[in-house]
Amino acid sequence: MKSSKLILAFLALTLSVMALAQQAPVQEPMVFATYEQEQRFKKLTEELRCLVCQNQNLADSDALLAHDLKSEVHEMLLAGRTDDQIKQFMVERYGDFVLYRPPVQKNTYVLWLGPLLLLLGGAWILHINIKKRAQLLNTKTTDGENS
Amino acid sequence: MNSRILPLAAFLLLLGLLLVGLRIADKKTQIPSPLIDKPVPAFDLPVLGKAEQRMSAESFLGKPYVVNFWGSWCVTCRAEHPVITELSRMGVVDIVGLNFRDEEQDAMAWLRRFGDPYSVSLVDYDGRTSIDFGVYAAPETFLVDASGKIVFKHLGEMTMEVIETEILPRLASMESGS
Repeated sequence: MKSSKLILAFLALTLSVMALAQQAPVQEPMVFATYEQEQRFKKLTEELRCLVCQNQNLADSDALLAHDLKSEVHEMLLAGRTDDQIKQFMVERYGDFVLYRPPVQKNTYVLWLGPLLLLLGGAWILHINIKKRAQLLNTKTTDGENS
Repeated sequence: MNSRILPLAAFLLLLGLLLVGLRIADKKTQIPSPLIDKPVPAFDLPVLGKAEQRMSAESFLGKPYVVNFWGSWCVTCRAEHPVITELSRMGVVDIVGLNFRDEEQDAMAWLRRFGDPYSVSLVDYDGRTSIDFGVYAAPETFLVDASGKIVFKHLGEMTMEVIETEILPRLASMESGS
């Protein structure tokens, strides 16, 4: 009996948390002039970060700010702004962090080139190891011939 | 020899990266504002409580001021309210309240209940101005110099420490004309 009360309390708690998470009003469906515009909207909101939740993009986020920023993107699209102009609008306000794909620039070289360098380093180590083993194998076989 | 040092070096390198990562992890949510050293975004907003009166960014030129984004719905704003009040009481700088995404009655009631530290509060009902300021949390506080340039931004709850270490020294250096 006690445990059923506990479960009820737990359920009530989860429900109230869920209610909080749903605070943002349901967004009205957005109307686009063309299919191409809609595709661009989808792509843009997937590449822009929701700054409140930070690990979600605008498309996925249901936060109030994400709603507003989506409407902002929508309006700019309808006004005929290019993707770059829209991204620029966001970066001017929120910084590079708003972009899920960081731009290639001085402070992101490590980020972009790091994996390549690691790969090259790995290849180099592999190369040396293979060479060593080949030598070892060679000496062994010559040893074998000698004995 | 070499075959032993190399993995150890690699391990130490990764360990170093981990430590650096842990160090900046708690600062990660603080996104540096691209607006520092830039002019204040243009705005033209009604004054809270006097809907027929409007003020723009130009109205504030000539004197440094603090912009504090707040809302009656924002719990942290209530928490920082005594600190903002203290800054106002010092009388060293005007504080412009930017009441955003709020209902007028709620905002007025909030000020009546807790006290009004602002020299004026402007109403950003739809949050457009807050987007132009790059605000993504509340409260956020900006320090603007006499030429209308943003010189400092603080995200989240204002503290006496931030006032003493960031805001007051900047105000002092503005006064000495450097």
